[in-house]
Amino acid sequence: MTGKNVWFASFAAAVVIAMVLQLAGSPSVSANDQSSAANAEVKIDNFSFGPQTVTVPVGATVTWTNRDDIPHTVVSTDGLFNSKVRDTDEKFSYTFAKAGTYPYYCSVHPKMTGKVVVQ
Amino acid sequence: MPHKKRDLIDQNLQDLNNDGVDRRGFLKCMAWAGTGLVWTLSGGIPVSRAFAKRYGKDADKGGDFSFVQISDSHIGFNKPANPDVTATLQTAINKINAMPHKPDFIIHTGDLSQLSKPSEFDTLDQALKGASAKQIYFVPGEHDMLTDNGEQYLQRYGKGTKGTGWYSFDHKGVHFVGLVNVANLKAGGMGSLGHEQLEWLETDLKGRSASTPIVLFAHIPLWTVYPEWGWGTDDSEQALSYVKRFGSVTVLNGHIHQIMQKIEGKVSFHTAMSTAFPQPAPGTAPSAGPMKVPTDQLQKVLGITDVNYLVSGRSLAIVDSPLGTSGSEASRNAGGWR
Repeated sequence: MTGKNVWFASFAAAVVIAMVLQLAGSPSVSANDQSSAANAEVKIDNFSFGPQTVTVPVGATVTWTNRDDIPHTVVSTDGLFNSKVRDTDEKFSYTFAKAGTYPYYCSVHPKMTGKVVVQ
Repeated sequence: MPHKKRDLIDQNLQDLNNDGVDRRGFLKCMAWAGTGLVWTLSGGIPVSRAFAKRYGKDADKGGDFSFVQISDSHIGFNKPANPDVTATLQTAINKINAMPHKPDFIIHTGDLSQLSKPSEFDTLDQALKGASAKQIYFVPGEHDMLTDNGEQYLQRYGKGTKGTGWYSFDHKGVHFVGLVNVANLKAGGMGSLGHEQLEWLETDLKGRSASTPIVLFAHIPLWTVYPEWGWGTDDSEQALSYVKRFGSVTVLNGHIHQIMQKIEGKVSFHTAMSTAFPQPAPGTAPSAGPMKVPTDQLQKVLGITDVNYLVSGRSLAIVDSPLGTSGSEASRNAGGWR
């Protein structure tokens, strides 16, 4: 190998080694960390849920925050959850233990619809 | 048949009623009245009528009467669009009390409260105690059903009503029906009356003479104003089919916080302003929420609706007036066609 190539090879090796060390040195990925990274936020504003569809892993928690100046609700069309009325800045969270598709809507303004996909 | 809006208004403003008031005289009366436009439905054809001659020569027969519609007081709302909805409600009540003729009763077409809280209903009741008309009829809005499926609303205002709060009553020969279209709303839908209420309505109207004037009142509009914002009632078609045979039908709604009118055959639809805050015209804003206007304009976009029944014409005249008077209201309401 030429000098330059040797340098590149060493550098690459060093980077790889550093990365391996980094991974090995990091705390083990626990179940909690896994879901907190995958939890989702839905913002309620202008009579709409944003994003309208969220996809999360099993066990994740979705938190809705009402940023509108009008109260709304988050109600599962299958009767699984009901936030009760949420006024401006109030939140509602639900943890999805099972995989599936969970459509919901605002029972006060039923044109507002959303979906949580759990996979 | 006039083709242009202007032609129709001009035709109506001729002296069609032989009450001695032609267009020039009418406009003079309007200036005197200060605000509002009087549209009367007589045998299905809207006819303008001089404000001063409202009661006509049959007034002493005792058949004529008036009532006031208020709507969407949203007691408890305190955001920038109106930080003091109780004060504007009081202004509306003062306006009712200052009317030259005392209304027989008041109809509140819903969204009494903002969050269905007991304190909000209490505040509303307290304010209405000061109204000149002691009889008040209510129908709930979706804001009144927020915490308990309307249990509390029914306890306070539901005496003698059925189901989620529907009922009817007669007043001086006019049949009034209060409908509830804000309960059990389905995802993706608009307002809804439901099977049970529709069956009740059909029975309630059966056998009544077709010459009985009918007034239907409900929170969400009973015609499709703007489906994208849920401004309509999914099953109102069926309800309207039950009133088709009557000679005079007036539908009074709220919910959209602005005046909208439509006439379809013998049915006259009308939505009222809110006493709390205005909302944008359909499609002119990202959503239907409270619309902020300059503080000095607020009184002009909130208002009450005075409804006058005249026995002689078996007709109802609907007059909207803003809380704050403005000289140009007559022309603003002239475009009542949709």
